[in-house]
Amino acid sequence: MIKVLKAGFYSSVQDKGRVGFAAIGVPVSGAMDAYSSDLANRILNNLETDAVLEIAFGFCAFEFLSETTICISGGSFSPKINGVPVALQTRIHVCKNEVLTFGHNVFGARCYLAVKNGFLTTPILKSRSFFQNITQQTLLCKGDVLPVGTFTNNTDSSNTSVKVVKEHYESQRIACSKGPEFDALSASQKEVFAKQFFTISNDNSRMGYRLNEVIENALPSILTSAVLPGTVQLTPSGKLIVLMRDCQVTGGYPRVLQLTNTAINQLAQKKTNDTFQFVLKE
Amino acid sequence: MQLNKFPSYKPYGEQAILIEWQQCIDDQILEDMLRFKERIQKESTQFIVDFIVGYHSLTLQYKEPILNYKEEVEILQSIYKKDFTAIQNPRFLWEVPVCYDLQFGIDLEEMAQKSKLSIDEIKIRHSAKIYTVFFIGFLPGFLYLGGLDSDLYFDRKPTPRLKVPKGAVAIGGKQTGVYPCASPGGWNLLGKTPIHFFDVTQQQPCFATAGDQIKFIPISLDEFYQLEKEVAENKYSIPKTLVHD
Repeated sequence: MIKVLKAGFYSSVQDKGRVGFAAIGVPVSGAMDAYSSDLANRILNNLETDAVLEIAFGFCAFEFLSETTICISGGSFSPKINGVPVALQTRIHVCKNEVLTFGHNVFGARCYLAVKNGFLTTPILKSRSFFQNITQQTLLCKGDVLPVGTFTNNTDSSNTSVKVVKEHYESQRIACSKGPEFDALSASQKEVFAKQFFTISNDNSRMGYRLNEVIENALPSILTSAVLPGTVQLTPSGKLIVLMRDCQVTGGYPRVLQLTNTAINQLAQKKTNDTFQFVLKE
Repeated sequence: MQLNKFPSYKPYGEQAILIEWQQCIDDQILEDMLRFKERIQKESTQFIVDFIVGYHSLTLQYKEPILNYKEEVEILQSIYKKDFTAIQNPRFLWEVPVCYDLQFGIDLEEMAQKSKLSIDEIKIRHSAKIYTVFFIGFLPGFLYLGGLDSDLYFDRKPTPRLKVPKGAVAIGGKQTGVYPCASPGGWNLLGKTPIHFFDVTQQQPCFATAGDQIKFIPISLDEFYQLEKEVAENKYSIPKTLVHD
C-alpha cells in the first residue's frame, strides 16, 4: 500500500482507459502520455493494463507502507526517495516507510509512477482511470491509502535505465492528419495551419487544450458527431481546441485535424504558453 | 424520406473510420446506421473496439492503426450490402416521469413570455411527443433526443449556468434532454426527473440505447418525492414497452 502524504495539483490513477463504452457516452480517459506510462509498466515487467499514478505539475509525496519496486517515467519533477535524487525510467527498489517526493519541474508536464503489479483501486467499467461520476474519486487526496499489487521477487525485470529522446518533450512539430472537416477549410485557412505557431492557453486540462491564436472562421457547426482524443476542433470564435484523453465522445464543432498517437503523447507533456506547429501528414 | 445514397467513408486519424449519411436528423438514417452497426458487430468485432453514433454518422474505432484503409472500406461496403432483415436488437419505449413544477422548471415563466404558449401548454406539448434516442454523448448518459415540437424550440441561454442539477429536463435550441449529473449547462430548464440516467452501480449504467424511444410522463411534486424515495431504495423500475416495427 502507498499513502498519499501530499496530493499535488492534479494526481490521478490512470490505465489504458474505458474502451467500448461510447454507446453510453463514457469518455476513454487513460494516461495522457501513454508512451511514458507504458514504458514504466514495461520496465517493471507489469501488464500493459496495470494502473499507474499520473502526476501533473509535481509537488507531492508518497509513503510506501510495504516493500516494492517502482518506476518513474515521463516529465521530471525532481523525484527523490528520502531526500536522495532518483533516476527516471529505471527500476527502483523501495523499502517500507520510505518517502518518495516530487518537487519542482525540470521538463515535461506529467510524470508517471508505476508500481510492481499496478495500483489496485476499484475498476469501474473495465478501467481504474479516475473520472467524474464514474469513479468515486476524481483526484488523489492527502491521506489516501492506495492498494497496490503484491510485491514479487524483482529478478523478472531488468535493471536497465531507458533514455527517452528529447523530442518527446521538446519537439514543436505536432504530427497530424486531416480531420473529417479539413477539406471545408479555405485555402488561406489551410495556409495558416501549415505555417503558424500555436500557443497553449492556461485553459488546458485532461479534457482538452485551448489554443490562444484566432483563425478567421466562417465554417458552420456540424451535426453532432464523434470526436476522439487528438481531434482539433475549430470553434465559432476562431479558436482551436485540441481534445485530450478525457474528452467527450461527441461534439458539434468542425474537426479540422487529428493528431497522431505519438503527437497526443507529446502534447500531453506541454504546458501553458508552450508553442508548437501542426505538421500535416498526407 | 428516401435513403437514396450509400453512406460515404473517411479516414479519421490512424485508427478510426468515419461513415457518414446524408446531413439530416432523420429516423430512417438512424435505423440504417444502427442496423449497419449490428451487422459490423456480427461480422468483425475482433479489430473494432468501439462504435460512436452521431446524428448522421457512425465512427468505428480500431484496436490498432489501420494498415490498409482502402481494403478495410471495401470490407465494410460489402457488409453494408448484405441482407440485414434477420438481425435487429430489441427497441423499447421508456416512460420517464417528469415533474414540471416551477421549483424545477425555473425557466418555464421566461419561456412562456418568449413564446405564444402558456406554461401549461409548454408542459402538455413537451410530454405529448414520443422522442427517439439518436445517441448518447456530451456526458455519460446524456441522451440526444429527436422529435421536439417546433413550437418548443428555445435558444440556449446566452450565459450558461455554472450548475444545472442532476435530472433536470431541458430544451436547448431544437433539442430536449435530461442532465444525467450536475453539470454546467446553457439549456432552458422546464422540469426534473427523479430517475437516474447514468448510474455506474447498475449492470446497465444507462437504461436507454440508441434507437429506443422516450415519453415524458408529467407527475406532481408529491409523486416526485415519492418516486425519488423509491429510486433511492432501488425499488423503482422505469415502465417500458417493447416497440415493434
